[in-house]
Amino acid sequence: MTPEQIYEALVEQFGEAALGFDTQLAGDPSIYIASAAIADVCQYLAETDTLAFDSLMCLSGVDLNAKDEELAIVYHIYAMQHRHSVVLKTTVPKTDARLPSVSHIWKTADWHEREAYDLYGILFDGHTDLRRILLPDDWEGYPLRKDYKEPEFYRGMHVPY
Amino acid sequence: METTQQTESKIIELQPFADEMVVNMGPQHPSTHGVLRLELKLDGEVVREAIPHIGYLHRCFEKHSENLSYPQIIPFTDRMDYVAAMNQNWGFCLAVEKLLEADEKRNFAVPERAEYLRVLICELNRIASHLLSFGTYGMDLGAFTPFLYAFRDREKLLLLFEKVCGARLTYNYIRIGGVSEIIPMEPGSITEQNFLDEVEQFLDYFEPLIDEYNELLTKNSIFSERTTGVAVMSAEMALSYGATGPNLRGSGVDWDLRRDEPYSIYDRFAFDVPVAMNVPELGAVVGDCWSRYKIRMDEMKQSIRIVRQILAEGLPDGPVMADLKAVRPPKGELYFRSEAPRGELGFYIVSDGTPKPVRVKGRSPCFSALSALQELSQGLMVADIIAIIGSIDIVMGEVDR
Repeated sequence: MTPEQIYEALVEQFGEAALGFDTQLAGDPSIYIASAAIADVCQYLAETDTLAFDSLMCLSGVDLNAKDEELAIVYHIYAMQHRHSVVLKTTVPKTDARLPSVSHIWKTADWHEREAYDLYGILFDGHTDLRRILLPDDWEGYPLRKDYKEPEFYRGMHVPY
Repeated sequence: METTQQTESKIIELQPFADEMVVNMGPQHPSTHGVLRLELKLDGEVVREAIPHIGYLHRCFEKHSENLSYPQIIPFTDRMDYVAAMNQNWGFCLAVEKLLEADEKRNFAVPERAEYLRVLICELNRIASHLLSFGTYGMDLGAFTPFLYAFRDREKLLLLFEKVCGARLTYNYIRIGGVSEIIPMEPGSITEQNFLDEVEQFLDYFEPLIDEYNELLTKNSIFSERTTGVAVMSAEMALSYGATGPNLRGSGVDWDLRRDEPYSIYDRFAFDVPVAMNVPELGAVVGDCWSRYKIRMDEMKQSIRIVRQILAEGLPDGPVMADLKAVRPPKGELYFRSEAPRGELGFYIVSDGTPKPVRVKGRSPCFSALSALQELSQGLMVADIIAIIGSIDIVMGEVDR
């Protein structure tokens, strides 16, 4: 199925939770989903036979601009059987970055969500082991946020060089 | 007298269960292929849980990328999977080129000559990478000889790469829009033809050796006892964990991006995609450590096939770089994946139309494959952990980025 058809299927199933279909920008078109519904939408995409999205290629947090008030979470998913792919996008406010986890649908989301938590401070509800993955456990702040300021010292070591 | 005999017999008796103990394996353990720490919860010799702790090699690739122009990022991709750096360069360049192509005003194509050089070099790098994986896997399991043979042959490949771009491991050879010029290392000594001749000499030398290595290690009974039937990963599990490349094919999924989503000029070459099958005489079942390892041995032959086809055709004439005035992709975003030696290497790039990206995410194949370790290792012996890590073939530079 093409992304348009998948969008139509999602509108039919979830109504307003499928917020829109974006083909304006160059590159991959993406489907906007309300953040609260993301786990249900993913479950539907993974378990419906005509869609059968069995592989999560990539899950990324995105912060476009320090002035923005929202963070985006982007899901690139693929169906091996039908050979179609789709990009889902959802946004959460920076002050309360929280959305349902999809790690029970695709196990690879476990580590990808931990990475998004580590670098962007996004909390995934329902994730069983949400802790830092790449940075030390006692690191402060979320480095990939555009308004991040690196600390001057970490455990007595000078950080900026 | 009687009691002593009883104690003696107890010592000899296999008693794998004992008190629970927590052991830190790594980060400086030679068998963890870099700086990986495993927190093992052991019940005697049996692993109850193995929790991987990563990040010791985190070099902020994604943060750096946001502050660099696109061509400046390429050397950073070298340092992701540093044993297959050509393929990493290529993966990133392909993603940027794809995004550039979306700009309607811009009309460019990667020259034929560059495409051929890219396939040639990247397939050679795939061989080098699989050789390293083969050698170190043997060493992990106690066979030292294959390691020496593998490094001897890999060295010949590294010398070829050095002649092409001047570097042995971190190449920065594949650029956005083409490849950098072939640099003669000693003036006048290396021309295109004698480079191709040297590649052919290497292939002639190396092709029969694969069978020798199969005799030496693949069919070796000590090696196959350690690896067959160990840590079987089903196809569903491999897909769910995002395992790709040889790990996915080792689980019996017939999938290769070079064939199934052909990029560059892969559709012009004939090659087979090795997929794991049960081998009853050795006891290997689809999805075990041995199958994952065997896929890499078979892939080397296929890479040789591709390179031979290029040598037979010869490199087309023409430039090696497209005429790109500046690398400034349009506003937009894109995820592009390519088949690196360790699996699906994806780059997610968000551009706002300036020369620097807003966001670059490297989707590393090892990162996803390693996350399966926790489930794979449950209930196995400590020594099997080493066999699993070697068989999923991780490079920590890519896991931690």
